[in-house]
Amino acid sequence: MKKRKNKASAAAVNGHLVSKPIRRCFPIFMLPTFIAFCIGFIWPFAQGIYLSFCKFTIPKNATFVGLSNYVSALQDAGFRYSFGYTTIFAIVSIIAINLFAFTVAYLLTQNIKGANIFRTVFFMPNLIGGIVLGYIWSMIFDGILQKYGTFLLAETKYGFWGLIILMCWQQIGYMMIIYIAGLQSVPEDMMEAAKIDGANKWQTLFKITIPNVMSSFTICIFLTLTNSFKLFDQNLALTGGMPVKFGADGSMVNTTEMLALNIYSTFYTGANSRGIAQSKAVLFFVLVAILALAQLRFTREKEVQQ
Amino acid sequence: MAEKRSFGNKILTVVFAVISVVYLIPIFEVLINSFKANAYVNTDTFAFPNSESFVGWANYIKGMTFGNYPFLKSVFFSLFITVVSTALILLCTSMAAWYIVRVNDLFSKIMYYLCIFSMIVPFQMVMFTLSSTADKLRLNTPWTIPIIYLGFGAGLAVFMFTGFIKSIPLEIEEAAAIDGCGAIATYFKVVFPMMKSILISVGVLEVMWIWNDYLLPYLVLDRTKYMTIPIHVQYLKGSYGTVDLGATMAVIMISIIPVIIVYLFCQKYIIKGVAAGAVKG
Repeated sequence: MKKRKNKASAAAVNGHLVSKPIRRCFPIFMLPTFIAFCIGFIWPFAQGIYLSFCKFTIPKNATFVGLSNYVSALQDAGFRYSFGYTTIFAIVSIIAINLFAFTVAYLLTQNIKGANIFRTVFFMPNLIGGIVLGYIWSMIFDGILQKYGTFLLAETKYGFWGLIILMCWQQIGYMMIIYIAGLQSVPEDMMEAAKIDGANKWQTLFKITIPNVMSSFTICIFLTLTNSFKLFDQNLALTGGMPVKFGADGSMVNTTEMLALNIYSTFYTGANSRGIAQSKAVLFFVLVAILALAQLRFTREKEVQQ
Repeated sequence: MAEKRSFGNKILTVVFAVISVVYLIPIFEVLINSFKANAYVNTDTFAFPNSESFVGWANYIKGMTFGNYPFLKSVFFSLFITVVSTALILLCTSMAAWYIVRVNDLFSKIMYYLCIFSMIVPFQMVMFTLSSTADKLRLNTPWTIPIIYLGFGAGLAVFMFTGFIKSIPLEIEEAAAIDGCGAIATYFKVVFPMMKSILISVGVLEVMWIWNDYLLPYLVLDRTKYMTIPIHVQYLKGSYGTVDLGATMAVIMISIIPVIIVYLFCQKYIIKGVAAGAVKG
């Protein structure tokens, strides 16, 4: 990072010949992106932070209420439940997806016939959007479950494992591509050396291959982690949060609802709790940002070690 | 030893062939169910259509107008929004990235870090304010939504482009400047052609995102007038008491066939683009 910065500033000193005419063309090169970025990100983000401290139905009639939105958000049973549900979902899907993806990638790089075709097939579900995926699988699960006289929305566990299967189907191919890239960059001479020293296949796998693809593991684990936390389309289309459970105190919890969907329903089912929804969104953002920073830190430490 | 391994590899090939076929079953299921009458989709999901349940192209014909909104209109809007937004993002953000790297003043640095920052912000954080801003500025039509996509998608694109431009030696552009090339000519004649590989990578990521995106267009567009394919599918399934599953499957089939065809032809670029984006993002 530091090295890159030095290089860039050195370029700026030497590159007046190049940089001056570009600077003069600011309206052409920078302005369109800058304006769109203000409309599409900076302003909505800033307004979103502000509105999380307000009571409002539309931004115009916002009245400042301090931290009360955050208090209500943290006391909300549905929000708490969805946080726990999302966490459990994330853990299970991280393990399942990465285990399968690495195994497939490892076997496909063993010089087997037809590896390219298999790679093409496994990657394909990635191109299908979350909404469509959700409906394809809800048809399939309902088709299976109706043989046992039940249906997908009847029980929480069906929705949970259904979403796990759906996400595995979609993401294994994607993670497999990253693992294959990692596996192909393992130095050939290391493998040779291990072979000469009489290491068997398992020893080579655990002592040479896996340590060499640790960076791929980091990338994939964090990708599956953030994907699980941000999951929305598939959740909406597969179960939409159903079935509902009623608490003893009359509170209502959608038992397959993940964080993003909880925030969405708080916003758009009735306009009375939009301030609370926005504060939930800010909490959600902080959570995702912490995960992203953790990833950055983790990857950097790994790079230092290598 | 060598012979034994090749035997093992043959078994692996067979195993993977079986898994691949199983992997494709969901898509195959959509196909066969799209030819069945509605009542049979739920009760005989895994059976092939028979003389009783087979309805020919009826689902496809019905799917075209089902839900009081012509499906082809949704296809058109999806296509238009995806193509125009991607073109706009590639052009504008690559130019901005060049400005950021080569000018490198305080404004560029702030812009660069804001772009990186925007990459970690989940859509739920800005969805309400973004859609109200879009409404207020009258950007809520398919013709103007590319501006929203440019704004919200700028982060990743700028980040990937700046990473690439930093690796282009300055000497080439200096030579162009000495030869009397202005900034615009230098960019389009010298820099832009050199960025072909990264343009493809970013383009693939943007197309996959925008084509499949549901929530952003759903919240931004005026839904009574404009739908995209994901919105249309959600509308068919979500808002009806009785859903015609056969017709829905036909609509889903129409929406995934072009994607699969494009994928089979451009899979080299798609896989490369996805891998590049994953490693960087």
